[in-house]
Amino acid sequence: MDDIYDVQGLRLSLADMARKPLFGPAPRLEILKGPTFRIRRGEVVGIVGGSGSGKSTLGRALVRLLEPSAGTIRFEGADITHLDDAALRPLRRRMQMIFQDPMSSLNPRHRVGQIIAAPLVLHGDDDPRRRALEALDQVGLPRGFATRYPHELSGGQRQRVGIARAIALRPDFILADEIVSGLDVSSQAQVLAVLRALVRDLGLTLAFISHDLSVIRRLCDRVIVLHQGVIVEDGPCAQVFAAPSAAYTRELLDAIPDPDPDQPWF
Amino acid sequence: MSFLRIENLSVAIRGGGPLLRRVSLEVAAGEVMALVGESGAGKSMIGKAVLGILPRAAQITEGRIWLDGEDLLALSATARRQRIGAKAALIPQDPLTALNPVRRIAPQITDRLVDILGWDRAKAEARARDLLGEVQIADPDRVMRSYPHELSGGMRQRILIASAFAAEPRLIVADEPTTALDVTVQKQILRLIRDMQARHGTALLFVTHDLGVVSKICQRLTVLYGGLVLEQTDVRAFFKAPGHPYSAALLAATPRHDDPEASLNPVPEAVIAAAQAEVAAFDRSAPHG
Ligand SMILES: Nc1ncnc2c1ncn2[C@@H]1O[C@H](COP(=O)(O)OP(=O)(O)OP(=O)(O)O)[C@@H](O)[C@H]1O
Ligand SMILES: Nc1ncnc2c1ncn2[C@@H]1O[C@H](COP(=O)(O)OP(=O)(O)OP(=O)(O)O)[C@@H](O)[C@H]1O
Ligand SMILES: [Mg+2]
Ligand SMILES: [Mg+2]
Repeated sequence: MDDIYDVQGLRLSLADMARKPLFGPAPRLEILKGPTFRIRRGEVVGIVGGSGSGKSTLGRALVRLLEPSAGTIRFEGADITHLDDAALRPLRRRMQMIFQDPMSSLNPRHRVGQIIAAPLVLHGDDDPRRRALEALDQVGLPRGFATRYPHELSGGQRQRVGIARAIALRPDFILADEIVSGLDVSSQAQVLAVLRALVRDLGLTLAFISHDLSVIRRLCDRVIVLHQGVIVEDGPCAQVFAAPSAAYTRELLDAIPDPDPDQPWF
Repeated sequence: MSFLRIENLSVAIRGGGPLLRRVSLEVAAGEVMALVGESGAGKSMIGKAVLGILPRAAQITEGRIWLDGEDLLALSATARRQRIGAKAALIPQDPLTALNPVRRIAPQITDRLVDILGWDRAKAEARARDLLGEVQIADPDRVMRSYPHELSGGMRQRILIASAFAAEPRLIVADEPTTALDVTVQKQILRLIRDMQARHGTALLFVTHDLGVVSKICQRLTVLYGGLVLEQTDVRAFFKAPGHPYSAALLAATPRHDDPEASLNPVPEAVIAAAQAEVAAFDRSAPHG
């Protein structure tokens, strides 16, 4: 069994409350229009695409924070498409999502140490405190940060707390949503090194949503390009970057600003 | 005089160490000043000090801030808030928390226009809708009626960009304004920023870690480490020959699209140790800074 995920014809629509008439149901907004793909165990898959193309929605569906309207999601062979909360509970520790908005996913009234340890406590870890401190080391934050509150951290430091919380659980699958976009190059390098080590040493499987194509190219084996809820390209990173087949992928590659003020770009 | 001028600004946490160490910088009308440096360097703190929104635990211990020729710290709190509100705007770093989760988008953009510029609501809404179009939002009518959680990360970030530009401020502090955007939208947004700036002569303090972006839209740059300015220079000169080993290491760590084989080079430990030594030497020479 070497696919961790097998996704077939995934469809997801949400109620468009902004257009809801006073009486009657809201019209549906089609967000995912049939993505089909597999993810192999230990694979690092990049997901790129335009803003609003459905990447975060796809991620939330994979870890079943959202329920698809149609299609199937298999996790290690088991159909999880419509499982209820109780049935999902044993799987939750094994699939983690690191969110795009660090501040909104960290409890502002808890200290960093508690925030990282909370899911460990919930899942009955023997020594949550020690695991939490180790996780801080792994993301390159001083252990002293365990006693700070989220608002006492810079944006990049908060983002790393979110990463520490997810990796502390040693999950099998992590969905990382734009987690390094706000980081400077050296923090980025550090976080990417941590993720790579986890993939190598613990057999972690990683889906990595990012608009930063140079990060994807460094980190990922394979890349999926999403455009308006549809997969327009899916292939090995090296191949997609060297010879993109979809026009949209080419457009993305051409829009990367190289660090050179003399090269025309606009 | 430059539209924004910061002179020897030091900020410290009450009962803790300094976060900014005698930072000086100027941004002229129509100019884009980049502020770069690693996570925790104090980039956002500078913007917050300028806009008068420092966290309660932080305090200005030294220095002056001039906005449009006025010494902000010499004004009463009310006058200061009024001047800043009328002349400057922020594109904040964290797009979700900056929007009120229980209000629809439309009033969150139009309130400023109505309250500060005294526009009527219909005119403000028309302006907001146009601006959402300009930041490449495909369906402005839906977005105006949506709540923040119904929008993607990049959409929320573009709403904050639109709302910062709405009242045509003369200074914008843009704190990592394109981190949630794909490169094609980023390019359109940067073009928009450049055009608006050319039209209105806006001064822009642009916080970013992306030196690619710096090279395209900034004229000057300030490199910050541990709250200390390590280098301040012209962008062309910087990319030709960075003037500080730390800046050179940052540049070397920046990926290039035309050089896929280049590996990710983190800033070497020796370079970081040298920058830390500079911060320590500064603290010895300015013990109460
Ligand atoms: N709860 C919701 N209700 C209504 N529409 C929603 C909801 N959540 C997301 N959407 C819509 O779904 C579309 C896709 O959103 P999603 O967050 O998946 O995009 P994304 O690809 O992650 O974009 P970004 O790169 O900007 O984060 C957007 O048009 C968004 O407005
Ligand atoms: N309320 C606070 N109490 C104590 N320390 C704080 C507080 N707010 C921020 N800091 C610290 O001040 C330093 C500067 O923070 P700032 O937000 O300016 O960093 P930054 O350069 O913007 O970093 P990033 O790129 O990660 O956003 C950081 O080390 C941060 O931990
Ligand atoms: Mg998203
Ligand atoms: Mg910041």
